[in-house]
Amino acid sequence: MKVLVAVKRVVDAYVTARVKTDNSGVVTDNVKMSLNPFCEVALEEGIRLREGGVATEVIVVTVGDLRAEDVLRTALAVGADRAFRIEASAECEPLMVAKLLRALSEREGIGLCLMGKQAIDGDNNQTGQMLAALLGCGQATFVSKLEVSDGKARATREIDGGLQVRDMTLPAVITVDLRLNEPRYASLPNIMKARKASITKLSAQDLGVEVVERVKVISVVEPPKRESGVDVGSAAELVELLKSKEKVIGVM
Amino acid sequence: MSILLIAEHDGEEVIRASRSALRAALELGGDVTAVVAASDDCAAKLCSGLATMRGVVKVLALKDNCFAHEDAESFAAVLATIGLEYTHIVAAATGYGKNLMPRLAALIDKQQISDITEVISARRFRRPIYAGNAIATVESSDSTIPLTVRTTAFSAVEEADTAAVIEDLPMPSTAMPELARFVEETLSASERPDLTSARVIISGGRGMQSSENFQMLERIADKLQAAVGASRAAVDAGYVTNDYQVGQTGKIVAPDLYIAVGISGAIQHLAGMKDSKVIVAINKDADAPIFRVADYRLVEDLFTALPSLEKAL
Repeated sequence: MKVLVAVKRVVDAYVTARVKTDNSGVVTDNVKMSLNPFCEVALEEGIRLREGGVATEVIVVTVGDLRAEDVLRTALAVGADRAFRIEASAECEPLMVAKLLRALSEREGIGLCLMGKQAIDGDNNQTGQMLAALLGCGQATFVSKLEVSDGKARATREIDGGLQVRDMTLPAVITVDLRLNEPRYASLPNIMKARKASITKLSAQDLGVEVVERVKVISVVEPPKRESGVDVGSAAELVELLKSKEKVIGVM
Repeated sequence: MSILLIAEHDGEEVIRASRSALRAALELGGDVTAVVAASDDCAAKLCSGLATMRGVVKVLALKDNCFAHEDAESFAAVLATIGLEYTHIVAAATGYGKNLMPRLAALIDKQQISDITEVISARRFRRPIYAGNAIATVESSDSTIPLTVRTTAFSAVEEADTAAVIEDLPMPSTAMPELARFVEETLSASERPDLTSARVIISGGRGMQSSENFQMLERIADKLQAAVGASRAAVDAGYVTNDYQVGQTGKIVAPDLYIAVGISGAIQHLAGMKDSKVIVAINKDADAPIFRVADYRLVEDLFTALPSLEKAL
């Protein structure tokens, strides 16, 4: 069974995003960029499935411009077998990304798609569910445990009230949460090898998808700032302030 | 404008988050039709609850035992048959809404806008991006706009004096393929208020050091009628279960009072609570980033501070 892992290059999780002075977006030039943390977990799971003999091949794909090849090389270095980059703007909307991924999945005969539950830039949390809809297959979102065997996948999902277990008919789309696994690091020799590995470039046209923009970004601004707070000396003083000044406790 | 509101329920009643999503729907202007999918035995009660919410003109009931548990595949397939009749499709950005809405959006070939915090016009919305470190204003050109709503940004809609009509939405006559099968659910039972609707929340981080120590927070929560939350670090460490997690990818909360105990304040945690009215941080590290968003800072070891806090209440 072939596993497809879709990944995204984003502003590193430990960098605080800054808004551009012309309010057109968030600064990404000269900012540390990384593989989206949820995508790292999806990739790790794909590699473990191959190591466990369940998957035969782990194919990694990203949608973006030439710079997005960084994250594909990272994925190859940790163990992906083949990499595709679908040429498109990094701002390509989730539905368009899903259409591109559907075309590639069908072309490659994918048995299982693994992806992050969301990218930490747009925080959309859409692409996996959309891909599942377009493929006409089942979806298990926010997955923190996965067992795959005999054409079925048993997925444990993190839902608002706790955990839910579902059995998925394959092919299926699984979007992963951070608690699914602990991603490995790439070894230096593998990083060097991945630098020279070949990446197959495809265009939207190659995949028969017309990319259109449906949602326009009008402006991006900083959120309102909170006023700076005050130090309190003790818990008793704190309780007094919360009661008498803020009136948020003791009025129930 | 005609709006379809996808209501969510817990088997007993429509959850409060759906009332907040209804508020956003009303701000769009126009008639709101509410749709709910439920098993036969509880559908009637849910429908009559929805019918008396202010602004709802019609309730559509999709009754089938496959909806005893969340089944996004089947529900989206049915909703896709009526979705394009509406200018907007609205749901709360809960786990349920996040799972369902993109699937529906793709089936009707429309681009969803996630997690809106403000309705500027019928086509223009505000939403946080980058863990709330930036706020985007976006405009859709789609003829039907699927939206999920950040419930902390919209107040819950109250009851009306009148009741809307209730109709059945038929299940498809041909059987849907079995794409997934429900196995089991483990739900945390708690007598406390729900995290997303609590007026007061006390949350613990890695600094709590163990699940036993979380009982100190539970005791204070009892006194304050508060909900108990946690940072991802505390959940990952196994001190509490995943449903406690507050943050960018956990629950988004905005209570009147948020008390962060032993939480350093990673960007991802701040994203889930920084819209709280009053924020208190208790941490022994004076440089912890949580203090930058706190209204009241208590720099003290939590094992000293919590017993004093409990006593002072």
